Amino acid sequence: MTVTTPATGQALPPVELVTCTIDGIEMSVPKGTLIIRAAEQLGIEVPRFCDHPLLSPVAACRMCLVEIEGQPKPQPACAVAVGDKMVIKTQMTSEIADTAQRGVMEFLLINHPLDCPVCDKGGECPLQNQAMTAGHAESRYNGVKRTFPKPINVSAQILLDRERCVSCARCTRFADEIAGDPFIELLERGAHQQVGTADDQPFDSYFSGNTVQICPVGALTSADYRFKARPFDLVSTPSTCEHCAAGCGLRVDDRRNKVQRRLALDVPEVNEEWNCDKGRFAFTYLDTDRITHPWVRDEDGDLVPASWPEAIAIAAEKLAGVRGKVGVLTGGRVTREDAYMYGKFARLALDSDDVDFRSRATSTEEAQFLASSVAGSGLGVTYADLEKAPIVLLVGIEPEEEAPIVFLRLRKATLEGSTKVAAISSWASPGFAKTGGTVLAAAPGAETEVIEALATNAATLSEAASAVATALREPGSIILLGERLSAHPGAISAVSNLAGASGAALAWIPRRAGERGALDAGALAGVLPGGRPLTDAAARAEVSAVWGTHADALPSQPGLAFAEVIDAVLTPPIAEEPAPGTEADDALIIAETAVESAAVATDSDNEAADAAAQNAGIDADLEEPEPRISGLVIGGVEIDDLPNPDKFREALRDVDVVISLETRLSGVDAYADVIFPVAVDTERAGSYTNWEGRVRPFGKILKDAFTLTDGRVLAMIADQLDVNIGTGEPAQVRRELDELGTFSGPRVAPPAVPAQSVSTPEPGQAILASWRHLLDLGVLQAGEKYLAATARPAVARLSGATAAGIGAIDGEAVTVASDSGSITLPLLVTDMPDGVVWIPGNSPGSEVNSSLAVVPGAVVSITAGGAA
Amino acid sequence: MTLTPNLTAHWDEPDSYTVAGYERHQGYQALRKAFEMGPDAVINEVKDSGLRGRGGAGFPTGMKWSFVPQGDGKPHYLVVNADESEPGACKDIPLMLASSQHLIEGMIIASYAFRANHGFIYIRGEVPHVIRRMHAAVRDAYAHGYLGKNILGSGFDFDIVVHGGAGAYICGEETALLSSLEGMRGQPRLKPPFPAVAGLYACPTVVNNVETIASVPAIIRNGADWYSSYGTEKSKGIKVFAVSGHVNNPGIFEAPLGITMRELLGYAGGIRDGHSLKFWVVGGSSVPMLTEEHLDAPLSYEGMESVGTMLGTATPMVFDETTSVVRAITGWLDFYKHESCGKCTPCREGTWWIDQLLHDLAAGKGKTEDLATLEQLCAQILGRSFCALGDAAATPYPQALKLFRSEFEAGTHTAANDLFDPAAAVVFSGVKTS
Ligand SMILES: Cc1cc2nc3c(=O)[nH]c(=O)nc-3n(C[C@H](O)[C@H](O)[C@H](O)COP(=O)(O)O)c2cc1C
Ligand code: SF4
Ligand code: SF4
Ligand code: SF4
Ligand code: FES
Repeated sequence: MTVTTPATGQALPPVELVTCTIDGIEMSVPKGTLIIRAAEQLGIEVPRFCDHPLLSPVAACRMCLVEIEGQPKPQPACAVAVGDKMVIKTQMTSEIADTAQRGVMEFLLINHPLDCPVCDKGGECPLQNQAMTAGHAESRYNGVKRTFPKPINVSAQILLDRERCVSCARCTRFADEIAGDPFIELLERGAHQQVGTADDQPFDSYFSGNTVQICPVGALTSADYRFKARPFDLVSTPSTCEHCAAGCGLRVDDRRNKVQRRLALDVPEVNEEWNCDKGRFAFTYLDTDRITHPWVRDEDGDLVPASWPEAIAIAAEKLAGVRGKVGVLTGGRVTREDAYMYGKFARLALDSDDVDFRSRATSTEEAQFLASSVAGSGLGVTYADLEKAPIVLLVGIEPEEEAPIVFLRLRKATLEGSTKVAAISSWASPGFAKTGGTVLAAAPGAETEVIEALATNAATLSEAASAVATALREPGSIILLGERLSAHPGAISAVSNLAGASGAALAWIPRRAGERGALDAGALAGVLPGGRPLTDAAARAEVSAVWGTHADALPSQPGLAFAEVIDAVLTPPIAEEPAPGTEADDALIIAETAVESAAVATDSDNEAADAAAQNAGIDADLEEPEPRISGLVIGGVEIDDLPNPDKFREALRDVDVVISLETRLSGVDAYADVIFPVAVDTERAGSYTNWEGRVRPFGKILKDAFTLTDGRVLAMIADQLDVNIGTGEPAQVRRELDELGTFSGPRVAPPAVPAQSVSTPEPGQAILASWRHLLDLGVLQAGEKYLAATARPAVARLSGATAAGIGAIDGEAVTVASDSGSITLPLLVTDMPDGVVWIPGNSPGSEVNSSLAVVPGAVVSITAGGAA
Repeated sequence: MTLTPNLTAHWDEPDSYTVAGYERHQGYQALRKAFEMGPDAVINEVKDSGLRGRGGAGFPTGMKWSFVPQGDGKPHYLVVNADESEPGACKDIPLMLASSQHLIEGMIIASYAFRANHGFIYIRGEVPHVIRRMHAAVRDAYAHGYLGKNILGSGFDFDIVVHGGAGAYICGEETALLSSLEGMRGQPRLKPPFPAVAGLYACPTVVNNVETIASVPAIIRNGADWYSSYGTEKSKGIKVFAVSGHVNNPGIFEAPLGITMRELLGYAGGIRDGHSLKFWVVGGSSVPMLTEEHLDAPLSYEGMESVGTMLGTATPMVFDETTSVVRAITGWLDFYKHESCGKCTPCREGTWWIDQLLHDLAAGKGKTEDLATLEQLCAQILGRSFCALGDAAATPYPQALKLFRSEFEAGTHTAANDLFDPAAAVVFSGVKTS
């Protein structure tokens, strides 16, 4: 999305062309084009192994030798650029080239085991294929083959059969040039050359799976797929990755309705030819613990299996009883189509605007920002823009952990171009270090101050910050904003203001794949599809026209956001005050205080207060003996996604009606009245909108699957309620979304929340900083033990001074505690601001939400050693 | 042709490698003259002298220096290639032992000319005594103010680092050497860019052989005309020839280019008494072998080309009739197979295969078709490998087959050791075995 117009559409510099002849065909190509690429344009495939269009040429395998007129020796087509008037002859027309290639192929096979029948690559192997086209039928080699002991693990996930390796160095160049994780290297020399790792450093790269895909032989395999299937048994379907907002193209290979593996699809404008290991390997969840039929709760409170008609009828009846008081909460993982259906279902079937997709730490400030600047804004900043930007400023986001392909693009941009990267963060993460940028250090919550200083480009800025501020004012500069900043009041407003002040384009990158699509599809209180403000009568009219309803059938007052829904459930009628000291009591006090402070228009510095300020209806509700929310429709929400899981459980327990749409029993089931099984991505068509605002559709992969989408289930419930919200089938939803388009009228104003003063920790305390590792306890990674074994280990990070202050020793245990619980991890002393402690958000041994129930920016206690 | 000792003139003096020993014979006078001439004049003088690289390829030295971009704002480097690992080559090692200061003075002058302030000497790892000697010589030069800041008040700063390799022939290839020097694996790099544009640490770098650089001071001191008055039209100047093998008096002989092997053999005391020449290899094992009939060809770049070989390192190995050519080249192929860096397919796999076939032939277990197969395999490597090591590995066999076919044919039934008693071919130092 674009807040301010970036300087796109600049005239491209003229391209210098050279003219050459390949196999008698004359052609012009841009200067610098490699012969192998030029030949491809003519449909001439020069055989190759080491060549890869996205890696630097090495000319090592010598498979691509071609004849160039006037040159004494055949030349590698993969490394020689076309010269003007060059006359090139490939194997198609040159005996020299053909003989040279056959010679190289013969050599390549002498030490190759030729164990195709037991090799995973057999059937899709460039060596096999090219041996057919450029090899001899019979081998002349009768000597001793070089052998190695069978496979070695270069990581828990990646195995290496060294005797199959053709030393093309694709894997090592990928690791070094693309991922920036040069943990594999060619070792030894001569025929003993082999890929290997250092003894103490496995190939634990978030991108390691790409090496398996680009290895031109079966030397690299994944522990996960090894010996599982033959390529010719597989059905391949293009798809889109569901694991983050990058929007990678995937190729999903299934055999008899079971996914066997996933590969990166070549989508030049998005993920090029790469993906991350989470996208590649994390798919066991698709068929683990799936629920296969609806459940309903009987009179005794037990869940019992139910038929679809029965479950639909019960759900409809229960929802009818609480109509107008139902919160609709989806996780950020549902598709654009389903999110749309949740929004439509809430507004039409439940008379409710209490809908939100953000099952995480949020704020009203964020919602307002999303409504003003992101929702329905279409394609904004793109991957290509990142490569051209003079500077990319990261605020509240760790691209390598949260959107790995964004990281790869940034790294590419910094290595190839003049792009600089800067981050406002508490420390330079490993991923950030690989982009070689500047960290403007700030404790969580203190980012706002730095952002504001950049906006004014104050003379007091440090040299580094001043360079960033200046670069941001150059055309094409970009600010990437992560979801994490929503925990710090004022920060998002400051970023929005910085973009305006500097002219930099601003893009929002949520962690989850479905968030942007859900926002655009109207699954957020106050925001109708296409970025339409709910409060705008014209916007409502446009939507009701497409929905075929009366304009006044839609709610016109913005509803409650996720956290507010929880608070509203926990806000009981005044008459029935809970016992003092319980959590519900606390919540009540918070809510009441919030309402009071909102009433006197003082600053609203917590979510409850925001809720009150935003929602005028709440005062009235408080007077009534009924809670504002009495029912919940929940789809794709993990309880532990919430900053305070216990509080959410409390709400689930208290609320009258819980209807749950799930792929597997998620924890919500314990409180649900009706549970519907729904389809996973492989069983349905759908789409995600990636962070760029690019819709990334995918089709149904498992053709025999007959599970229903969330949207379809909602449509059936609506039918039962005698409300027509369409069929909910993805194709129909897409037609509606297309018809709705985006809103051309005015949006709400961007937020202008003032900065909150940063808490100062006492001795023995620190401000909590945290984000999630890419590979962690995320539910969609469940069951992937090889993948999990390559995750970054959980550590606690403190500055040297802070560690010394509590007597903590590098490598030894540190305990981080809140009122709710504690986390003990080994300490890694890190260059970061004093008085800050960083721990990973959801890694084994470090589950911030469930253990601490606080968000980053909170003050926690820190002590040396384990928990008492 | 008479010998013309220049670099080797004072090897009989025990302190020839010290600054003091060198200064007795006009050492470091050339440096003073160079500072007066100015850098561009030095480059021109070296160009005019006709000096060509002594590392094997014979590239004109002055021209190489002039490729270094000037005023580019980047540091420039001089790297002296002292990896001398070519079978048969033994000239740079003795030069460093006994003419250490010639090399250092040459490095200062060369670097002054193309504006480098940092020089490296990359010495093969197997010769710690030479590494120690060069360390001592560099210290000596620092102590006398020839290295360091503001040398001789010229305003020119120059430092030398002596670097020991880890023992790999490929690290003599200039780009592999640079990778090794940077701490990476010693494997050749893709050219372009050439080192003169992007060499060490991606900065303009000149890589020159020890002898090339050591020849520079005399050229500056005595002038280009003096140097080019020696040698032939296309191969000017004086060359250090190292003669080894079945001769009575192996050793180092400094003579003008264009001298013949017959003359050199004379200086080397002739073929071992009672024996006759079988073949000789002039440029290290990597060039085609020659025989009796080529003894009168001039030892110059063009002279050797005219008889189908290359001057290379100009370190002739001489083999008499006790030698099994099959065994000799099998030994060389063992070497190339062992030293192949593994980067490219033809050399990596080709040496592996060829070596096995040669061992079969040497053991008398070859097959008739192996002779032709070997020829084809060599052709599959020659001109198709990434660097010249592969070419080198593919060179000995075809020429040997042409000259001594019957010996290879015998390899299909009789072991080389049965045809040629290995003991008869061995020469122990000071002991003539037969
Ligand atoms: C496999 C191989 C080994 C080499 N070894 C050496 C060496 O030991 N010493 C050397 O000076 N040049 C060696 N060279 C040649 C160098 O690559 C380079 O041409 C030379 O150092 C340039 O110096 P010059 O111009 O002074 O001759 C070798 C080349 C190859 C292909
Ligand atoms: S790598 Fe290819 S050629 Fe080799 S065994 Fe596997 S399938 Fe066969
Ligand atoms: S393991 Fe595969 S990708 Fe890596 S060098 Fe060997 S053949 Fe190439
Ligand atoms: S020819 Fe190839 S394998 Fe041989 S040394 Fe050169 S680069 Fe390495
Ligand atoms: S593809 Fe050109 S050398 Fe490997």
